[in-house]
Amino acid sequence: MLVFRYDKTFEGLLTSLFDAYSRKTFPERLLSENEQLPMFAEQAHLVVTETAKAARVWTALEKKLSEPVCGMLMHVWLSELPGSDELLFRYMRKAFDSPSSIAGNFIDKDVLEVMKIARKVSREREHLMQFVRFQKTADDIFFAPVSPLYNALPLTLPYFTSRFADQKWLIYDLKRRYGYYYDLETASEVSLDKDEHLAGGKLDENIMAQDEKLFQEMWKEYTRSLTIRERLNPKLQRQHMPQRFWKYMPEKN
Amino acid sequence: MNEQVQDKLKVLAESAKYDVSCASGGTSRKNRPGMTGSAEGWGICHSFTEDGRCVSLLKIMLTNNCIYDCAYCINRRSNDIRRATLTVQELTDLTLEFYRRNYIEGLFLSSGIINNPDHTMERMVRVVKELRTVHHYNGYIHMKSIPGASRELVNEAGLYADRLSVNIEIPKEQNLKMLAPEKDHQSIFRPMFYIQQGVLASADERKRFRHAPRFAPAGQSTQMIIGATDESDKEILRLSTALYQRPSMKRVYYSGYIPVNTYDTRLPALKQAPLVRENRLYQADWLMRFYGFQAGEIADDAYPNLDLEIDPKLAWALRHPEAFPVDVNKADHAMILRVPGIGVKSAGLIIASRRYGRVTASSLAKMGVVMKKARYFISCGELPNYTVNEIQPEYIRQTLTEKKKTKKEPDKRQLSILFPE
Ligand code: SF4
Repeated sequence: MLVFRYDKTFEGLLTSLFDAYSRKTFPERLLSENEQLPMFAEQAHLVVTETAKAARVWTALEKKLSEPVCGMLMHVWLSELPGSDELLFRYMRKAFDSPSSIAGNFIDKDVLEVMKIARKVSREREHLMQFVRFQKTADDIFFAPVSPLYNALPLTLPYFTSRFADQKWLIYDLKRRYGYYYDLETASEVSLDKDEHLAGGKLDENIMAQDEKLFQEMWKEYTRSLTIRERLNPKLQRQHMPQRFWKYMPEKN
Repeated sequence: MNEQVQDKLKVLAESAKYDVSCASGGTSRKNRPGMTGSAEGWGICHSFTEDGRCVSLLKIMLTNNCIYDCAYCINRRSNDIRRATLTVQELTDLTLEFYRRNYIEGLFLSSGIINNPDHTMERMVRVVKELRTVHHYNGYIHMKSIPGASRELVNEAGLYADRLSVNIEIPKEQNLKMLAPEKDHQSIFRPMFYIQQGVLASADERKRFRHAPRFAPAGQSTQMIIGATDESDKEILRLSTALYQRPSMKRVYYSGYIPVNTYDTRLPALKQAPLVRENRLYQADWLMRFYGFQAGEIADDAYPNLDLEIDPKLAWALRHPEAFPVDVNKADHAMILRVPGIGVKSAGLIIASRRYGRVTASSLAKMGVVMKKARYFISCGELPNYTVNEIQPEYIRQTLTEKKKTKKEPDKRQLSILFPE
């Protein structure tokens, strides 16, 4: 059995495809650089990530597949699910080898799987757009902590930059320890050296804007008054609004 | 902003909560430099209340004072409830601050009637106008148009709001007059007509001048209260169909009557809102908008009311065994959509996939088809099928409505099965 080792980046994955085609050998497994080789691995090839190679593969793919389908592949990558890189590898290989587009062939289990995972990630992206809650700081920055199931934050940037174009904001993924800061012009990736104090997701009251507490309370009170008590249905609430988001939402605290 | 506003907010949210038409959508207002927000894409729910309803907009009344006395409304003048009125500034502040924190998608403004319809409408228009022109607010706005409002004010509202709505409330006019003596159909259909004209005129002008002002770009919607009066589902769905034929009508909402004013003997004595019926009406509405069903196919003289036990699509299929089985590898899209257990998404997947090969029972299940239902209505060239033609519809109905045993309490009398399925 042949395995490829690579750096577990998306560019690395695309470079793996490049290598496979130029060597005309296709791996059965994709492993990270320091993962143990399986016992029955007979050969291992070390992929050296190269931006130029990756770009060539991606351009070729964009010719083969429509834009939404390429977007789906990106979603699957961001799922971070075990085995999703191998799934993508198989999918892209099928796409290259098939004379016509494979995108609509949901009888093929890889095609179906890609769509299903992409849908899940896209749901998480939507969840972020729905349930992100900004807290205003004393220096007029709107801060929102998140910890989504999949790495969906990058997918929400077009939404947040368009919607909150005239305020400074920082959305920070506490689980993956990075976020995006928007300075009224562009959003750029940031990592905080120290983010332990944010772990609970709540700003300290002495760095909160003056009215912040009041608005949080008003919102909480408001959603409570909206509830029709004759129709209580907590199960339905959880189904639409997964509990993992509640810790950062004022109406739930 | 202070605690006093907080208190008003509470009172007015209580008063506005029974209005269900919360969804925003259908507009695209891109953000432009220097403006706050955008109303792109479709309605996003930013929260869900404990009753499981979507909170998308800051749904609030300007005031819950009202000179009218509609029997089904908690704000009617004869009710002894707390009353409050927000100032224009308080309302715009609340909207902007909530919006900036991503609590809401926009504002849904309604109001009780103070003095007269136009006086009320004028104050509401001031709120939305200020949001747009003074604060450069670019998010979504849904504004209720007050029954009986003048054309001028409806026209002005349309310049700032994304969607306007006038609620029908009660489908039949004599019933409306019985419960809401100050209202009649004319006071509702007139403003509806003004909105439609505004939308059409602006669409026409924008063809010629790209920058002509837009008028309620997300169209209009309306709402009916279900179960407060004696209309049958057939009558309700017929009215919905007529409404959907109007060019600007985007959504009809159904709201199961919640017994708020139990002392009023003109109203039926209900213990609970008719939730199942409400849900069935939404399903029927959905069938008319996305599945190509006609109102008359869903409810007719023989079956004037929807079956509460099964959904209207299954009900139709059981009444029409002659239309089945549908061959999923050959049938056209419209017929595949009619199969119980196949939704819009899975129908799309089936059509896309069959160019590549045969669609089998197992691939159907993977595509999300509910085989438990669908198997009685399809053939895919493999299963020796027992369809609705071999089995009595009545039997299928029984099988599908049988109460599921809850997982938590397995039937103790039964031995557990040794072999997994
Ligand atoms: S006019 Fe509106 S607010 Fe006033 S009583 Fe009737 S339904 Fe209620």
